[in-house]
Amino acid sequence: MLHLDHVVMTEPGFRLTADFTVGAGARVAIIGPSGAGKSTLLNAIAGFLRPAAGHIRWGGRDLAPLGPGARPVTILFQDQNLFPHLTVAQNVALGLSPDLRPTKADLAAVERALERTGLAGLGARRPAELSGGQAGRAALARALLRARPLLLLDEPFAALGPALKQDMLALVAEVAGETGATVLMVTHDPKDAQGFAGQTVLVADGIAHPPRDTTTLFADPPQALRDYLG
Amino acid sequence: MSHAPGAAVIAALVAGLTLGLAAMVAAGAGSLWPLPADWAALRFTVWQAALSAAFSCLLAVPVARALARRRFAGRGALIALMGAPFLLPVIVAVLGLLAVFGRSGVVSDALALAGLPPLSIYGLHGVVLAHVFLNLPLVTRMLLMGWEAIPAERFRLAQSLAMPEGAMFRHLEGPMLRAVLPGAAVVVFTLCLGSFAVALTLGGGPGATTVELAIYQALRFDYAPARAAALALIQFALGAGAVALGWAVLRQAGFGAGLGRRLAVPAPRGWRLGADALALVLAGGFLLVPLGAVGLRGLAGLGDLPAGMWAALGRSVAVALTSTAVTMGAALVLALAVARGARGWRFIDAVATLPLAVSGLVLGTGLFLTVKPWVRPEALALPVTVMVNALLSLPYAYRLLLPEARALHADYDRLAQSLSLRGMARLRWLVVPRLARPIGFGAGVAAALSMGDLGVITLFAGESGATLPLYVQRLMGAYRMEAAAGAALVLVATSFALFALFDGIGRRAAP
Repeated sequence: MLHLDHVVMTEPGFRLTADFTVGAGARVAIIGPSGAGKSTLLNAIAGFLRPAAGHIRWGGRDLAPLGPGARPVTILFQDQNLFPHLTVAQNVALGLSPDLRPTKADLAAVERALERTGLAGLGARRPAELSGGQAGRAALARALLRARPLLLLDEPFAALGPALKQDMLALVAEVAGETGATVLMVTHDPKDAQGFAGQTVLVADGIAHPPRDTTTLFADPPQALRDYLG
Repeated sequence: MSHAPGAAVIAALVAGLTLGLAAMVAAGAGSLWPLPADWAALRFTVWQAALSAAFSCLLAVPVARALARRRFAGRGALIALMGAPFLLPVIVAVLGLLAVFGRSGVVSDALALAGLPPLSIYGLHGVVLAHVFLNLPLVTRMLLMGWEAIPAERFRLAQSLAMPEGAMFRHLEGPMLRAVLPGAAVVVFTLCLGSFAVALTLGGGPGATTVELAIYQALRFDYAPARAAALALIQFALGAGAVALGWAVLRQAGFGAGLGRRLAVPAPRGWRLGADALALVLAGGFLLVPLGAVGLRGLAGLGDLPAGMWAALGRSVAVALTSTAVTMGAALVLALAVARGARGWRFIDAVATLPLAVSGLVLGTGLFLTVKPWVRPEALALPVTVMVNALLSLPYAYRLLLPEARALHADYDRLAQSLSLRGMARLRWLVVPRLARPIGFGAGVAAALSMGDLGVITLFAGESGATLPLYVQRLMGAYRMEAAAGAALVLVATSFALFALFDGIGRRAAP
């Protein structure tokens, strides 16, 4: 269970509070206007930003002392999810061996992950030789190997077309299912929330509201969400 | 905010060496008041640097403008040639200028045919000529970048409004020149303030002695360490003053890339085409003829290279490789720490620029005074040269690495952190591959600068133990011009080979 316990994030001219829990295995969309603090929230959970107050806990354990790499978290950024000078297989292998000295067993696991995500035979390529969808798949293959219990998506598929994005979300659902991961996904698109996530967190006016059932939330949107949807 | 203990130690070392040696100089000078000759050296230093900066900037404008608005076969080669003098050993440039403008040079021969007396290249005009030769290309490249940075849309807008050429100059090119030229002038002025090798070979005498040259003469000929220290203090004040004055500009001083943009500047026909062609031919000739003359004389001189030359070459290569390794290691650690905003990064950033304020001879005088009571200076000639060269190349190497290190941090730090990629693995799999190009280029620049340096070694070297530039200078002093040209050819070939080697490794290793 992810517990944001009276978390306050501040930057000059910006303040965001969050106080809620997310159940293990849940799939949660995070929606709200630009600049409201959706990415800030994910970056705090991933360990890149430090809350001004409050605690972030996973399974009862405070994450504050843990660096980004030590947290039970895999995060997919908007871009720069792959090192362009490493091959796809090396990029994926980093999920098992951070010093890039994979064992034979690791390499076999990398192969399986590439097959699983539809990238069989592409391991020797560089990221520049992949399409946008394939690059997303490679990042998900690494997430599959890392098998961390929290999967954070900071709009990694925003640049893809609608059909491709649906494919990728389906793959995310499969990866999350296999690893039992809790998924938090930032999105601009209400359809993503409705199609993918059982619950939705609305971030607006300095508050990350507790997650609500996506269907009921959109059936009777509060004023802030209504303003955003237009 | 993260700690950067390695960078802090290196920064402390650099600051300690630079300021510590300046303090040694100050202590050595005691309360010695400068002599009239010292004031004359100071006046000459500032005057020649000002003239050199003014001529380099004025002459660069038509050349850069012609390069900016014309496309022709060999344009790329000409721009590449403009990058060469920065890496050219100064002694080689001087030999080339002597071969063309010297008493027995090409121009004097032509004058003799017409019954006129030969030129004399020694003195103020020779020093300024050499400085313009070395710095005109640098300013040309800076201005060319300025021209290419003016958005093409502005020129199109001006053309679509049928703006006459004068107005276009006032609104587009004038503001760019006002922004770039002062900085270029400060850079050239600062470089020329510390001029030693040019003054040593083309200057001298009461009318044409720079402070640097006066330091050398005080230490080597008059054996007056206190006088040398007093002069070194003046030189340090000059250098520090110039760096403080041009801090904003010098911090940004880079080499720039991306000179292959599409044609944006309107290219008028008619007499202006002729004027541009003339500017390019004159500039190209001014650079190429002296270099060609060294090449020709050098080829002739290759036949009777003195035996001692090869040992001097070996010493120079060893000095260049060692100082390059030290410089690049230090520059990389400092640039990575500053890029990630580690604790004290502003201090580290300032320290990495600090060596610009000192010259080789100021550091050399400080070191001379420090070691003199304990060891014979000759015994330390090479280690001292390595250290001083490493220190003096550091600002350039650091400025080359910093923007790339910042981009690396912005693009991949979060990903590397989230994957626990750190320590040696991070260096091997992320930093070195991503920074291979600037590391290779920076190492090439550092190696070429160190290879061609004729500065601190003159204070320390004994009869034997000269580096190759000093060896060439001694051959010149003995009027063995043929052999000097041969050795100079070996020197320049080795300098550019080292540059090409490191730059090539960097390019090949880059993804």
